[in-house]
Amino acid sequence: MSVIEAKDIITKFDTRTIHDHVNFSINENEIYAIIGESGSGKSVLMKEMIMLASPTAGHINILGQNLQHITPRKAQELRRNWGVLFQFGALFSSLTIAENIELQLKEYTNISKKMRDKLVYSKLELVGLESYAGKLYPSELSGGMIKRAALARALAMDPKLLFLDEPTSGLDPIGARNFDQLIVNLRDLLGITVVMITHDLDSMFSIVDRMAVLADKHVVAEGTLENVLQSQHPFVEAFFKNEYTKQRFKGKIKDVQ
Amino acid sequence: MNEKYLVFEVYHDHIKLVSKGKWILETIRHIENILQSIPSDKKIIWDVSGVSEFDSAGILLFIEYLNYFEAQSKVKVTGYTSKQKEMYDLLKKQHKSKKTIHAYQESTLERIGKKTIHIYDDTKEMLRFFGELFSNLFYTILHPKEFRYKEMVYHIYHSGFSALMIVAITTFLVGMVIAYQGSVQLAKFGADIFIVDTVGISIVRELGPMITAIVIAGRSGSAYTAEIGAMKITEEISAMRTMGFDPYSFLVLPRIVALMIALPLLIFFADIVGIFGGMFASRMQLGISIEQFVNRLYEVLEVKHYILGMIKGPVFAFLIAAVGCFRGFQVSQNTESIGLHTTQSVVNSIFLVIAFDALFSVIYTELDL
Repeated sequence: MSVIEAKDIITKFDTRTIHDHVNFSINENEIYAIIGESGSGKSVLMKEMIMLASPTAGHINILGQNLQHITPRKAQELRRNWGVLFQFGALFSSLTIAENIELQLKEYTNISKKMRDKLVYSKLELVGLESYAGKLYPSELSGGMIKRAALARALAMDPKLLFLDEPTSGLDPIGARNFDQLIVNLRDLLGITVVMITHDLDSMFSIVDRMAVLADKHVVAEGTLENVLQSQHPFVEAFFKNEYTKQRFKGKIKDVQ
Repeated sequence: MNEKYLVFEVYHDHIKLVSKGKWILETIRHIENILQSIPSDKKIIWDVSGVSEFDSAGILLFIEYLNYFEAQSKVKVTGYTSKQKEMYDLLKKQHKSKKTIHAYQESTLERIGKKTIHIYDDTKEMLRFFGELFSNLFYTILHPKEFRYKEMVYHIYHSGFSALMIVAITTFLVGMVIAYQGSVQLAKFGADIFIVDTVGISIVRELGPMITAIVIAGRSGSAYTAEIGAMKITEEISAMRTMGFDPYSFLVLPRIVALMIALPLLIFFADIVGIFGGMFASRMQLGISIEQFVNRLYEVLEVKHYILGMIKGPVFAFLIAAVGCFRGFQVSQNTESIGLHTTQSVVNSIFLVIAFDALFSVIYTELDL
């Protein structure tokens, strides 16, 4: 069953076309990656999915709702069903980490302060942050901790859908692998569907179930890594079949060819 | 001296170019000058074997002119080394444009056009802002429980209470200046006591509200723009939207309502302090005792003047806060635009305060108030 379905997305900025009939669908409980060169419109596509922007034409269906004809009330409901991790965290700088995570709980539910605190600290633990981090402000945290804290905030409402914008960028290699593992664990544990934009080859080869490759304004390849590797498109060739990746992921790439 | 890098000989059926020496960043300017002077009406044989040192700039220049010559006639390149070829291939791949791209110059007409479109877009954005603002305002009026009281109180404290000192000093000084200036004129006619009328009415009706509004525009209007602008840059606004928090009801409405409450209170305070300033100066300059001043003030300062002055308060507050927030939302993804929009916000709101003050004067006069 597909959780997200995009049909014939066209996006134009002035006269510049970013997407020209982009189609893809994302299944339940999978880790789905959107990849492509910088400037290929990955972030714009994600913004369109989370209703920060709307495409010039086309339809996006998320959890059975058509985003083009959604009522404000339904939109509000939908927003509670997803969490978004922004590339640079976008934590509210005037609130502590704990307050950042607590915010939606406080606004949208009527659970007690004590219970909220417990939830907040369980989320912190879930993403691997010490509880003292909850009392700190975002400016007092390192880059990796900010990502984790932002992920904790994205998970605050136990969303069904998780959007991640370059989750491992700016992390050291070990931190990045841990973060990957964290995403897999969360998916298995909470049964969420993960949509992420990434440039990280390691993530693509290890945790991603299916992916869409954006190039030349289209989705040039979609599916599992094996499917994508069969594509002859120049970008796929350059991205996956260069000397470095061939060396680095010998086993995986050979299996396919 | 330029023959260090390039010599050319014209024969009856071809031109021979010989490159030599260093084709690097420091020399390409000279070389380009020579290249421009080369006629391209005949077949060109370009010998590059004499180049002793080159870098990417040198090769790019070569590619640029090779393309240029090739477009006009035949070119044969001889004597290149394998290293040159390698770098040539690398750069050639990226070098897609066939012609030299000339520096683009905007014409006056184009600038006017762009400016017009900018103003048009600005107006459109403003209408959109006020549309969203009013729809949110009505929603909040219908659902008063969802109003952010805590934020409002916070902003009343920061925009109102914290500004007491600066407002007091400013209006005290203005009151004093009016009294000093007025007293010199009035003393000529022996109408000393009329200084009370001058100070009382002008402060309460005009100067109190206007001076306070200008101070607050500079103080809080700019703060609103910078706060919201910074949140926009760090994507906090986007994050709020995805969490279903409407920035208008979370950021804009509390600020506007807070200022609409705080500014009239500040004006009330400013009126008092301003009159004190006048009282102080009259006593120094004209020897009018405090008792005399207060008695006279009681006689001449009707309540209507006070009310007419206070009415301006919420209007000015709305203008300042709305402009501040609007400019904040206009900030784009770079830090420079925070400064730009903050400046615009203050300039706009001070102008609007003065313009509306003039409008009020006209209305009051027309209504014989």
